[in-house]
Amino acid sequence: MSELTIDPYDITVKSNGLRRRRIVEKVFGVLAISSAVLACGILVVVLGTLVVKGFSSLSLDFFTKARPLYGEQGGIADALIGSALIVGMAMLIAIPISVLVAIYMSEYAGPRVARALKIVLDVLNGVPAIVVGIFVFGILVVGHGQSAVYGAFALAILMLPMVARATQEILEIVPRSLRDASFALGVTKWRTTWSIVLPAAIGGILTGVVIAVARVAGETAPLLFTTSIAANQVSLDVHGALPTLPVLIFVNSESPDPGEQSAAWAAALVLIAFVLVMNILAKLFAGRKRRQLEGS
Amino acid sequence: MTSTTYENPAAPETDLRRRGIRIGDLLFKGIAIAAALAATILLGWIAFKVFDLAWPAIQDFGLSFIWTEAWDPVTQQFGALIFIYGTVVTSLIALVLATPLSIAIALFLTEIAPRRLAAPIATMVELLAAIPSVVLGLWGILVFGPWVTQHLDPWIQDTPLGLLPIFSGTPSAGGSIFTAGLVLTIMIIPITSAICRELFIRVPKDLTDGALALGSTRWEAIRGVMFAYAAPGIAAAVLLGLGRAFGEAIAVNQTIGNHNAIPSSWFEAGDSLGSKVASEYVGATSLAQASSILYLAAILMVISLATNVVAQFIVVRFERARRAV
Repeated sequence: MSELTIDPYDITVKSNGLRRRRIVEKVFGVLAISSAVLACGILVVVLGTLVVKGFSSLSLDFFTKARPLYGEQGGIADALIGSALIVGMAMLIAIPISVLVAIYMSEYAGPRVARALKIVLDVLNGVPAIVVGIFVFGILVVGHGQSAVYGAFALAILMLPMVARATQEILEIVPRSLRDASFALGVTKWRTTWSIVLPAAIGGILTGVVIAVARVAGETAPLLFTTSIAANQVSLDVHGALPTLPVLIFVNSESPDPGEQSAAWAAALVLIAFVLVMNILAKLFAGRKRRQLEGS
Repeated sequence: MTSTTYENPAAPETDLRRRGIRIGDLLFKGIAIAAALAATILLGWIAFKVFDLAWPAIQDFGLSFIWTEAWDPVTQQFGALIFIYGTVVTSLIALVLATPLSIAIALFLTEIAPRRLAAPIATMVELLAAIPSVVLGLWGILVFGPWVTQHLDPWIQDTPLGLLPIFSGTPSAGGSIFTAGLVLTIMIIPITSAICRELFIRVPKDLTDGALALGSTRWEAIRGVMFAYAAPGIAAAVLLGLGRAFGEAIAVNQTIGNHNAIPSSWFEAGDSLGSKVASEYVGATSLAQASSILYLAAILMVISLATNVVAQFIVVRFERARRAV
């Protein structure tokens, strides 16, 4: 009987072009790693540039004084207060409606209606911010003039799908058993939703809200048509147009004046610090709450 | 034996209370339904109102507005082609560059990186998405744009790619189609890669293990099994990124150079739909110009809504198919 000879080199290296396959595998690995490095590198470069160009302009005056009219020293207090007021009003409008929409989807609607609503919200989320700005311009600003309230309304439209989807997703992982236990005790549906389901999901809802706030705080497009033409002074009058951080950065970024550009860098540093802190908070919060819910 | 008689202490009030409870339940349900209806109506209202606003211009200019290459307030010649070109080209640059990069990042995070490394890198990529577009645009106009025109553009022109007419000419200093495309690339990478990552995590482990057991390399398992399994999802992820790129107005406005003409080279300034609408916020000078801006907004809305609806449609079909498996 002839012996079957197996040469390991033959089947592992020579056959099937294994050398070529190994090279492809290596190239793939290197490309994947460099893509990730590139993405992280861009983040580091952008943040680094903001710190380098913006940090030197930060001072107490920068936060407490309004923008200068001519050349003299000034700050961005007017835009900070405008942004805070507008985002605050947007939250007041968007959060209750968003949570109610999510409650309807997860507690009341049948699977078909819920799926349809999910698509509606996702499509609404895909409407460009500038189109939302034009919409609010068309229904409110035309005939009434610009106002901080209209800006808040535009931002609320952008927040609605984000908060509603985040809330609905967290409501869906609230265990069925919690609701059943409550029903078994004779508690009505709305009471169960209000005092059992919502408290169990509050962490997830807050995460969604925080991320949405971080997103809309930096939105410029919806504010251009609703609250962009304002005096550079601290004002609490929400019926008039108020200055905001994003519009300030947008206008100053296209200005040839180096003084205005450096104000834009510093304002951008303030804005991104806020956005990053919100995002990191949301992340910490979400991780903890999700583990709790899934653990129970 | 003792018989226990059960007495309901609240018996006399039960009827009344139950009615009150039912009203509470109905009221709550009603408010929730109203909110859901409001969200749905809002979407329809936005679509209707933007068209309503653009209607005078649509009647004035007709459909030929879409393929007219003109924007001249002096002679009252208006058309959308310049801006459609800018929107489509910048978004396609972003699509072509961001898709392979996003997929590679998602594969790195799910297949290659050790868990301890994957989590912080995933967070960093997510934070890239959190940078407001106006801030990215600020960096784009003052730092990145000048670097592109001084270093990247000449470098591309030295490669064989420089022979193509789209990469010819003198790079424009005040922003260009290409710079705007690169900024959009940075904006959509985190979106597309986050969705791809979710998709790759959900590919059943047995499928890839099976391929590996049959002797395929990791890349072959990814190409043959993961991509095949996740292909519709990847398509949806790419479309969602594209929809975002179409709709971005601010960062593009800051980096594209704002020039009312179709440039022969991508290294020159142009303009996009969203960017043009954004730059007219201070008020157009004539009624014809104002309504033509609204016409641009309506075109932008149709393009991005269509992209999004197609993406949602793919997602729904994909999920239904996966449930059936």
